[in-house]
Amino acid sequence: MSKKSGFMKALKCRECGREYPLEATHVCEFDFGPLEVAYDYDKIKKSLTKDALAKRPQTMWRFRELLPVAEEPTVGTGVGYTPLVKADRLAKWLGVREAWVKNDAVNYPTLSFKDRVVSVALSRARELGFDTVACASTGNLANSVAANAASAGLDSFVFIPADLEEGKILNSLIYGARVVGIRGHYDEVNRLCAEIAGKYGWAFVNVNMRPYYAEGSKSMAFEIAEQLNWKLPQHTVAPMASGSLLTKIHKGYQELIKLGLAKDTKPVVHGAQATGCSPISAAYKDGKDFFKPVKPDTIAKSLAIGTPADGFYALKVMKETGGASDDVSDDEIRDAMKALAECEGIFTETAGGVTVGTAKKLVASGKIPAEDSVVLCVTGNGLKTLDAVQGHVGKPDEIKPSLREFEELIEPDLKVKTK
Amino acid sequence: MAATVRIPTPLRKLTNEQETVEIESATIGTAVDELEGKFPGIKERLVDEAGEIRRFVNVYVNEEDIRFLENQDTPLKDGDDVSIIPAIAGG
Repeated sequence: MSKKSGFMKALKCRECGREYPLEATHVCEFDFGPLEVAYDYDKIKKSLTKDALAKRPQTMWRFRELLPVAEEPTVGTGVGYTPLVKADRLAKWLGVREAWVKNDAVNYPTLSFKDRVVSVALSRARELGFDTVACASTGNLANSVAANAASAGLDSFVFIPADLEEGKILNSLIYGARVVGIRGHYDEVNRLCAEIAGKYGWAFVNVNMRPYYAEGSKSMAFEIAEQLNWKLPQHTVAPMASGSLLTKIHKGYQELIKLGLAKDTKPVVHGAQATGCSPISAAYKDGKDFFKPVKPDTIAKSLAIGTPADGFYALKVMKETGGASDDVSDDEIRDAMKALAECEGIFTETAGGVTVGTAKKLVASGKIPAEDSVVLCVTGNGLKTLDAVQGHVGKPDEIKPSLREFEELIEPDLKVKTK
Repeated sequence: MAATVRIPTPLRKLTNEQETVEIESATIGTAVDELEGKFPGIKERLVDEAGEIRRFVNVYVNEEDIRFLENQDTPLKDGDDVSIIPAIAGG
């Protein structure tokens, strides 16, 4: 086990500030508050400069000083630096002056933003001497843990709700992971995993490795800022399941400000949920700073967390930055998936539909002013949730290999076009 | 009558590393006091100054979150399983 700590100082309770050694532990023994990595920012400032960045490869690890590993990463070294797409046609659909899509639907290797958190968690797990990794997952995390563990030669266990989309289940099995389907929703999978993690000596990426794991999400914010030439976006819309991604995007922006890499232009962060699982959005609308747990019922299964661990902090970030939250129905999710596909050629999964659909609502309600610019965090790939759009996107026309049949098929459309 | 409380790792220092504890209380609220009697110091880990279950502590009776039941008034009966679990990040 490595004794080095790199740019990290300690684990620190977000509630009471008590400090803990940099081990595989995630809650404060005193008040159960989540532990977070504390960094030596003075040391980071000397190392993470724009000159240094210019020489580094285009992966999330170019921001290595702000990611919690003691030495050079060993798992998922090619993850990140996904495209930031200027989405002019989508901006029109949204009703906003300028829109960008941070496209983690094409993240490497498993087509979701989870590769970011997993490469951090597994690199750190190796440093701490683990040979078996595990996770509780709504699907994407399972895929990423399975794939990255395979490439690193680690054993993996993934725990998922048994009723997940077929694509997401196959996408874990193919890598040789031990996949355990739990007959229950994600919150029940989570509860079981908390108990399993206490019993077996594995690196559970979102349980005992959570302080390291969660930090990986910041890389999305770092990349967005750099891709916008170090100008922080006016508005960012992120999907919320546990609320972790949203809080870490905010933290990422704030760290860049602290290090002098970006100016403090008061970036606003908004949170998107599916109406069928919207504890955080409901709390926001009620003006509360705490949420009431719900039992999820939505096609956005990757966001179906009824007891969001970071819900409290997500509400705090939205309040502090002037952000807002809203939620969209299953039909609105599908409409938004289609809009993103038809406007920008990007096929996202249901979670991306939640983000895009909610952004449209936030523009309509004036929470995102029409004259502003917005970055949408698209976190997963549509090929993984084909079931969600099956039967909602039409069917191909079928004809004999005959020119006459084709003409009969197409003539009515052409007449309409020439009118 | 007795219900079984599964003690999470962070609290086992207080229970002399005992993983489960038998309790006689009729509700979750009184169970917290009963645990405090057996393991002084455990109550302030579980509830805040106002007596509410702490924000990052989830309590389950037979796999159901007590916030879907009757919170601290949730009744306990013979053979019930109580779990105390810290909140977990997303997936």
